[in-house]
Amino acid sequence: MSIAWYLAVSAIVFTLGAVGVMVRRNPLVVLLCLELMLNGGNLALVAFSRMLGNGDGQILALVVMTVAACEVCIGLGMIVALYRRRLPIDVDELRELQG
Amino acid sequence: MSSVFFFIAAAGVIAGAVGVVTLRDPFFAVLALVVHLVCLAALFLLLRAQFIAAVQVVVYAGAVMVLYVFVVAYVGGEGEAIGERLRGAGLTAGGGPVASGLRRLGAVLGAALLVELLIALLGTGLEAINHEGAGFSTAHGEAATFGTPAYIGRLLLTRFLLAFEIASFLLLIAAVGGVVLARRRGGLGEDDDRSGLTPMDLLRPASSGTMAEAVGRTGGEQ
Repeated sequence: MSIAWYLAVSAIVFTLGAVGVMVRRNPLVVLLCLELMLNGGNLALVAFSRMLGNGDGQILALVVMTVAACEVCIGLGMIVALYRRRLPIDVDELRELQG
Repeated sequence: MSSVFFFIAAAGVIAGAVGVVTLRDPFFAVLALVVHLVCLAALFLLLRAQFIAAVQVVVYAGAVMVLYVFVVAYVGGEGEAIGERLRGAGLTAGGGPVASGLRRLGAVLGAALLVELLIALLGTGLEAINHEGAGFSTAHGEAATFGTPAYIGRLLLTRFLLAFEIASFLLLIAAVGGVVLARRRGGLGEDDDRSGLTPMDLLRPASSGTMAEAVGRTGGEQ
């Protein structure tokens, strides 16, 4: 398969993630959709790495995975803290940052 | 043969992504993301990125998704229910006219983003995206080892050592931040945890040598 097919799949996955971030209300699902966007970027990075024949894109994909793991850690910690304070788990209700 | 595998894996990837966006229950969304990640690992294998595929399955579909499942089980599907209850029973479908209009605008923006991305990626005029990929350089025997753990490890410890170290510091900072954010006492959750009895107060007999008694505060004063 040519690289263009992989790039098309990565664009579709990135777009689905962006739509999910804009549409969904539950912050857990918003975090999942952020993962989708990062995975779309990862697929494009690995495809370009294959296209150029060197491994720099794969290293960058590994770094993106690290950043995604950190983002999940902090995001889920914030959701657990919200739940402890009996705040609504809903991004529409959480307009203001002050508790 | 590889095109057959590509289409199967790509269908799984896109179906998983659609499931994440559309399923109402967060638990099912997490399971759809697991399907998406495993199929994405198959795509990575087709691109000769064996180590990335293994890391994807072990770290993402293993560790990170377990974290998600625990948090979903802890917070529950109650998230949507709390929002509905606060908003009132009448507006169950979309959360009011303004919010549903914004959601439609979000879908339109997503379609525009897809068109833009496809134009940007496929209309570049790069000849190389129409081929299977460049030939591998034979300088260090890379043609045989491209994408293997040895290849990635050599790159990480030579050319990309700075990125490797920065990633390790980032993971440490995120772990500390996660513990600080989600810990039980102090921090963000102090107003409802300091008052009242915790289960440990009931399990522990009096004068059993806690830190609070050592500094003069007895356990049962509230």
